Amino acid sequence: MSKRLFVKGNEAAAMGAVEAGCRYYFGYPITPQSDIPEYLSRELPGLNGEFIQAESEIGAINMLLGASATGVRAMTSSSSPGISLKQEGISYMAGAELPGVIINISRSGPGLGGIDASQSDYFQCVKGGGHGGYHIPVLAPNSVQEMYDLTMHAFDLADLYRTPVMLLGDSVIGQMKEALVPNPRPVRELPAKGWAVRGKSGAEQRVVKSLFLGDGELEAHNWHLHAKYKVMKEKECISEEYETADARLIVVGFGSVSRIAHTAVTMARAEGMKVGLFRPVTLFPFPEKALEEAAGRAGKVLVVELNTGQMVEDVRLSVGAAAQVSFYGRPPGAGSLPSPEELLEVIRKNYGETAR
Amino acid sequence: MQQVFKRPQSLKDVQTHFCPGCHHGTIHRLVADAMDLYGVQEQTIGVASVGCSVFLYGYFDIDVVEAPHGRAPAVATGVKRAKPGSFVFTYQGDGDLAAIGTAEIIHAANRGEDITVVFVNNTTYGMTGGQMAPTTLVGQKTSTSPYGRDKSKDGSPIRMAELLAQLGGVAYSARVAVDSPKHVLEAKKVIREAFGYQAQGKGFSFVEVLSACPTNWGMNPLKANARIGEEMIPYFPLGVFKKEE
Ligand SMILES: Cc1ncc(C[n+]2csc(CCOP(=O)(O)OP(=O)(O)O)c2C)c(N)n1
Ligand code: SF4
Repeated sequence: MSKRLFVKGNEAAAMGAVEAGCRYYFGYPITPQSDIPEYLSRELPGLNGEFIQAESEIGAINMLLGASATGVRAMTSSSSPGISLKQEGISYMAGAELPGVIINISRSGPGLGGIDASQSDYFQCVKGGGHGGYHIPVLAPNSVQEMYDLTMHAFDLADLYRTPVMLLGDSVIGQMKEALVPNPRPVRELPAKGWAVRGKSGAEQRVVKSLFLGDGELEAHNWHLHAKYKVMKEKECISEEYETADARLIVVGFGSVSRIAHTAVTMARAEGMKVGLFRPVTLFPFPEKALEEAAGRAGKVLVVELNTGQMVEDVRLSVGAAAQVSFYGRPPGAGSLPSPEELLEVIRKNYGETAR
Repeated sequence: MQQVFKRPQSLKDVQTHFCPGCHHGTIHRLVADAMDLYGVQEQTIGVASVGCSVFLYGYFDIDVVEAPHGRAPAVATGVKRAKPGSFVFTYQGDGDLAAIGTAEIIHAANRGEDITVVFVNNTTYGMTGGQMAPTTLVGQKTSTSPYGRDKSKDGSPIRMAELLAQLGGVAYSARVAVDSPKHVLEAKKVIREAFGYQAQGKGFSFVEVLSACPTNWGMNPLKANARIGEEMIPYFPLGVFKKEE
């Protein structure tokens, strides 16, 4: 069953959600992600599911909270300003250990900003975003195929760790059309949802909450959450490497810009420069060890982002003294995506300094 | 000896944390009574809000989800849509429902979600120490309206039961009080009726309960009870504002 489709990234994510067994979607329109609610509003009713266009992003995330609390697979999606509104609910879901998938096809900001491809919400998504000190897994696809595959993976991670999971793309990933092979969901053993509220039905009362007032209860809960994040860091890091084995310079980029960087690295190789590409696929947990290894071998790292420097902080923490880190950023603005030639020029400059 | 009065089965045998003279306990009892009447305890999912009633799960022997401040109607929407066979109610104060959660209540009501909303109106924010609420009466002094609520500056108290009755999705909307035995009996009947709407799958039902907060009103329980009759009921009339057949 390897049919090939030609679809938009946003549609691929919606299709991946359906394949993963998601039957409940709650959302609110915002460009550049509205294809997701549009697709699911067509598909879910026929699958015995529910699509609700909520009154706001706050309404949508809290509908997700309620649906997830009953143990079903459910999802919401939005874009930057909408994700800001969802942060309250995401914090509550993280605190109450509720699974759920949030797709963020981010746009530029701050404020209303624009709909250009941008990576300026890295901090907001990866460092918690809402109040209280928590993390959620953040996955950064760079192709239509990955929009599909990683959405399915997100649902599994959510159930495995009882946590909201975010898929972070941008307008390039969401709006471009590419070939998609809709593979079935990989089978992963997942825990039963004994905690879900269903009505007692003769059993013990079940409570989904993030309020812990007993002596020491909240501290214990926070250590418990922290322990989960540690396990994620050990088991759930995903990254991709290209030509890093003998590289003297490693370019690091995620999401859409990693594709431009990939082309630039290929061009650099053609010029005889030993350059490689490292792409974090999970932004939380950040693939620290794999990056440290690759960077340690090369001795020099160049981080490229569509912002003024956010992920570069995680790169520096990962690499430590093992390599020298420099940064090239393009904050959003109409047409401000760097071209491969532009990145090649930056690579030449950094590589030249390495050679000297 | 024949037992004529007992604790509803849906209510746990525990002491409440509410202040002396607070009506949250009475209202809990009436809600539990309605659950018992329809025999829905085992399939009920309560949605707790933020405020003095946050510990719903400590008093009701049912499954409970806790919602962020004001968002209970959205959480209840998600619960009910995902589990259509369940019985779902929210329990919200006036700060919760009529201030931060205005959008959520209006839109859940307008969609006609098949849930029941119990709205406890004590004209103030109880838990946070008696600040002005959207329901605070004109002239009422609170910790953030020290000179009394000024209509020209703070607006008029919102009559939620009447407001929601206007919406197409609402099947039942009523206001009751629990300041006297007579009113408690009426409230019991109305809460039962509201829950009955959901038990029969008839759509969104809403009950506003005028309730005392003696602590933040700075009154003893008797004076607080009297205030409901003297000041609140004249502005917030009791009655059923919508009842779809
Ligand atoms: C987002 C947010 N804002 C403010 C608060 C603080 N807060 C807790 S309870 C409450 C008011 C509750 O008042 P009400 O709903 O009238 O219920 P009562 O305590 O009177 O029963 C407020 C403002 C909060 N928890 N969350
Ligand atoms: S503060 Fe007011 S509403 Fe809260 S428990 Fe005390 S009397 Fe009741």
